[in-house]
Amino acid sequence: MSDVTYIDAIHAALDESMDQDSSVFLYGQDIGKFGGAFKATKGLLEKYPGRVLDAPISEDAMAGVAIGAAIEGARPVLEMQFADFSSVAFNQIINQAATHYYRTGVPVPLTMRLPSGGTPGSGPFHSQSMESIYAHYPGLVVVTPATVADAYSMLLDSIKLDDPVIYCEHKFLYRWLKSKDLAGDHLPIGQARITRPGKHATVVTYSAMVHEAVRAAEMLQKDGGWEIEVVDLRSVKPLDTDTIIASVARTGRLLALGEAFPWGGVTAEVVSRVCADGFHLLDAPPVRLNAKDTPIPYHPKLWSSHRPTPESIAEELRKLLAY
Amino acid sequence: MDDNTKDLDQTSGREHVRRVFNAMLTARVLENKLGSLYKAGKIVGGVYLGKGQEAVSASMASCLEKGKDVYAPLIRDQAGRTAFGEELIDCTRTYLGSVNGPMRGRDGNIHRGRPAEGMLAMISHLGAAIPVVAGMLLAKRLKGELNGVVGATCVGDGCTSTGAFHEGLNTAAVEKLPLVLTVANNQYAYSTPNDRQFACENLVDKAIGYGVRGHSVDGTDMLACIEVMHEAVSRARAGDGPQLVVASMLRLTGHGEHDDGSYVDAALRSSGLGRDSIEIGIKQLVEGGFASIEEVEQWQDDAANRVQEAVAIAQKEDGPDPYKDDWMAYSNAEMQMQK
Repeated sequence: MSDVTYIDAIHAALDESMDQDSSVFLYGQDIGKFGGAFKATKGLLEKYPGRVLDAPISEDAMAGVAIGAAIEGARPVLEMQFADFSSVAFNQIINQAATHYYRTGVPVPLTMRLPSGGTPGSGPFHSQSMESIYAHYPGLVVVTPATVADAYSMLLDSIKLDDPVIYCEHKFLYRWLKSKDLAGDHLPIGQARITRPGKHATVVTYSAMVHEAVRAAEMLQKDGGWEIEVVDLRSVKPLDTDTIIASVARTGRLLALGEAFPWGGVTAEVVSRVCADGFHLLDAPPVRLNAKDTPIPYHPKLWSSHRPTPESIAEELRKLLAY
Repeated sequence: MDDNTKDLDQTSGREHVRRVFNAMLTARVLENKLGSLYKAGKIVGGVYLGKGQEAVSASMASCLEKGKDVYAPLIRDQAGRTAFGEELIDCTRTYLGSVNGPMRGRDGNIHRGRPAEGMLAMISHLGAAIPVVAGMLLAKRLKGELNGVVGATCVGDGCTSTGAFHEGLNTAAVEKLPLVLTVANNQYAYSTPNDRQFACENLVDKAIGYGVRGHSVDGTDMLACIEVMHEAVSRARAGDGPQLVVASMLRLTGHGEHDDGSYVDAALRSSGLGRDSIEIGIKQLVEGGFASIEEVEQWQDDAANRVQEAVAIAQKEDGPDPYKDDWMAYSNAEMQMQK
């Protein structure tokens, strides 16, 4: 069997979900015959006629349609062409989908796929990471798979979940990340994973940054024999504080790492929770490393310095270890 | 399929007219009571009334079938809610904060609904219900249950300026969904008059741009509203796609009970738009032989009694207890973070 990529895993999960549950349907721009901007839905219209619907360029209405369909008992999987464009649908997602169960007792089982994160040359409006924005709102589940197996199992789980899920899939991983197959440990949504065990410092991260953190950890392993623990959050809402605190208890040092903008967000949440609940476990002030506080630049030279890299992560870790 | 508007003097038409007027009258009596309760400080939060829009609201909802159709009322649709079959107690419990109401104190006033029974609970963001109704209809289509079903919602003139209105109506048109979208053109969005809201001569002209059928009606004329709504709903039901109904009238109240509406143009008040659809409705009932004035008076007494009972029950009931609320924003408890 040839290798499966991260985007293959998403495709496989959509296919399997549609096969198993006739109430699942796909809605988004260019997803029908064209198969989607990233080909996540290629061939699914032919396989499931009438259940893969091309949408007009109306993100607000697309989200509204998905919400209505979900209230009516269908399981829509909404594809935003880029996570960035979900800003147009923001009102429907945070005010309608997120509040609906609390207000009325009727759940909204929709999944919104957000092709997220930066790739070289994509610029300010095709590179954003929106997980922190959505995680802020009660009622939304926000998942950020970093591996091929998680991309697969977490999409299956997201579609089965009765609550609205914001599924943040990282575009940089689409074709680069490969695995022998789709099998994995299939942890539930809400549980983090120790991707790489260690004892000298903990990196808490998610999505594509898991791989950059592992590279940084390998660099420090070679250069000084440091053993860095990498925690993959997998879902940022709910946040698995127990696994984070347990890791910090082992290492005494925390680096919270993310690709999103630095003000607030997932890394700030991780640090604040560790400080509040595990302050006594810390041997050094916790560190955050995020993208720079500017829009995401177009040119690859600027872009690769805008986001954390294995080098910049390793540098922060060295300072943390030296404290 | 032919337009199957029934002649209003047929028996079924007669019953329909009486039912519409009863909903209008009940809404007026209820809203007068809500206004009094607000002024007496008995209601926490705002009170938003539909005075002047009863004919439009009730006539649209009266053409819907609860349990089959979808209805998304907005801020001035008490008459429509009643015509659709919402119990008065749902209204009084929500306004008075009873834990037994459909929103359990988690939301209030006009933000109430029973989505499982086809009636959505509005959010404050205008136009947001349009694509949601479209989505409910789309899901029914996917289940093979759309045949003969209609989804209806009402918005105001101000809503026509929103992106949600444009995206929602366009999407419904692309999918050829049986959506009836009524614009109650009551001349003001809060305090903003129409000349600061849109520049087109007539809102119904927008229908052409969306490729949907447009209908215009004098929103103060009860019989005309019933006829036009019946036609629009019948056409949608028969597969003619979305219908845009523009009904014109004047809002005969402030935006909410906190607002005296003193900015409303006096010339509009004395114009035909400023007529009260209830008064016209009574005239039409009597002159058309739909009901006698004695019957109308009896209906008014009955409505007053039902409203009084619904208020009395809700007033006796407990409000929500913060120590008993489960504070769950997720149906799956595993997803709920405790802090």
